[in-house]
Amino acid sequence: MIARADPPALSVSGVTKRFGGFVALDSVSLEVPEGSITGLIGPNGAGKSTLFAIIAGFLPPDRGTIRLRGEDVTAEAPWRLHARGLARTFQIPRLFPRMTVVENLMVAAPNQSGERLPAPWLARERIRREEEALRARALSVLERLNLARHAEAPATALSGGQKKLVELGRALMSGASVILLDEPAAGVNRTLLREIAQIIAALNREEGITFLVIEHDLDLVADLCTRVWCLAEGRVIATGSMGEVRNDPQVAEAYLGMTFDVH
Amino acid sequence: MLAFVNFYLLPGLVLGAIYALSATGLSLIYGVMRFAHFAHGDLLALGAYCAFAASTSLGISVWASIPFAAAATIPAALVADALFYAPLRRSLPAVLLISSFGVALMLRALIYFFFGPTPVTFPRPIVPPLVFEGVRIQARHIWIILGAALCAFMLHLILSRTRAGRAMRAMSDDPDLARISGVATAAVIRLTWIIAAVLVAVAGVFLGLDTQLQPVMGFNVLLASFAAAILGGIGRPWGAAFGGVILGLAEECSTYPLVDGAPLLQPTYKSAVAFVVLIATLLLRPQGLFRGMI
Repeated sequence: MIARADPPALSVSGVTKRFGGFVALDSVSLEVPEGSITGLIGPNGAGKSTLFAIIAGFLPPDRGTIRLRGEDVTAEAPWRLHARGLARTFQIPRLFPRMTVVENLMVAAPNQSGERLPAPWLARERIRREEEALRARALSVLERLNLARHAEAPATALSGGQKKLVELGRALMSGASVILLDEPAAGVNRTLLREIAQIIAALNREEGITFLVIEHDLDLVADLCTRVWCLAEGRVIATGSMGEVRNDPQVAEAYLGMTFDVH
Repeated sequence: MLAFVNFYLLPGLVLGAIYALSATGLSLIYGVMRFAHFAHGDLLALGAYCAFAASTSLGISVWASIPFAAAATIPAALVADALFYAPLRRSLPAVLLISSFGVALMLRALIYFFFGPTPVTFPRPIVPPLVFEGVRIQARHIWIILGAALCAFMLHLILSRTRAGRAMRAMSDDPDLARISGVATAAVIRLTWIIAAVLVAVAGVFLGLDTQLQPVMGFNVLLASFAAAILGGIGRPWGAAFGGVILGLAEECSTYPLVDGAPLLQPTYKSAVAFVVLIATLLLRPQGLFRGMI
């Protein structure tokens, strides 16, 4: 008997991207199962960030398709994907610098009737109530991210790691069910890193949010991810658990010169 | 001292209030759409003339004709955006600037076509000024200052308290990030035009009320408005309002006879003040007083 499996949260098939003569991605296929935390690793220049950009609709692929829960979303505009529940964070956090932390979150909530016409002063009471509910939601997300005490601080006052958390918060505010994290650990101190890892694991466990994580900190990947895909020179060279991938000779070769600090 | 207040300070405040209204809109447009809207002055003139048409043909007061001014500038701005700016949204700011210059010429041609080149005046009774302890001020000037302050306050509420305002600030901080964060950018752009068009319509009526209406009235205040917006830090509406007041005061006070009864600057050269402020700002503090976007 064949069980009809649900489509994976995200599937990438045959994605190719060239920049001039340089092949950044060469027929890459991978899957992110629903409810998983999946890792995407590989040496610098492997094409990980290009793949992220293509999945999130920032770059069109030359060939290949991206499916979100079975639906073809190839080259769909980023804000459409956002509305469908796919959000991303950036390697270097990008926040609205002249807004407060809580405002940064509030702006990411979908379906904001106050942004549209009729003008805000026509339905003031309703908008005020929506606004309060939205602020309360943003504050509860900040609570969850351990940032509640910074709610009214300007976004620029946060540390790099805290900014990464705000980006994650923005993804949560949008109601995203699939979140792409671009190097959540880069440049983050150890203490905050552990906190970020716990938050990601908790969101995955409690809210069923699916994550695809680019990360160079392989310890973190080993801790968080149930499955890992390894890219090198634009191709998938290995997949499996972190333990399996680590022992793959091709992966070792791709990472030649890098040592795995794992015991 | 009284003469200074009556003939320099108060007129400077009135002019400053008008500049502030026009510059705030410019700054808002720059913030959300990132281009220098050269048709702003002619949009102002269009608003003034439509208010003039409404108040003369319907026999209503100038104040009551402000909605008619806005009823002309809002669709004009939205149509110009849809036809001429939206298709160029992704091109260089200079292209949009030139395109808005074209829109400015079109609007001015419309005004010439319907109203002719001769200056006209709002129908208004000649009333003696109000006198408080020797300070003489026309009632209409009080209303202009209060009206501009009210507009600035409303704008502040919109920007700081509403989602629309937050979305506008988000777009002015990082338009791409705003777009991917799900901000309805098209709607925010429309709303920005509507707000700027209302502000500039009010500015047009006020300017016409202060002096008279002529087809180039808007173009004449455009430079001062840009100077005010840049002085306050372009893209920062509050800064633009402040810059407008400073500029209005500077222009009027520049002719004050400080030494030997001769004006500091011949009134003919008054409009050069805006140039000087503009150049000085760009040289000394290009980001503006309140740290704008350039």
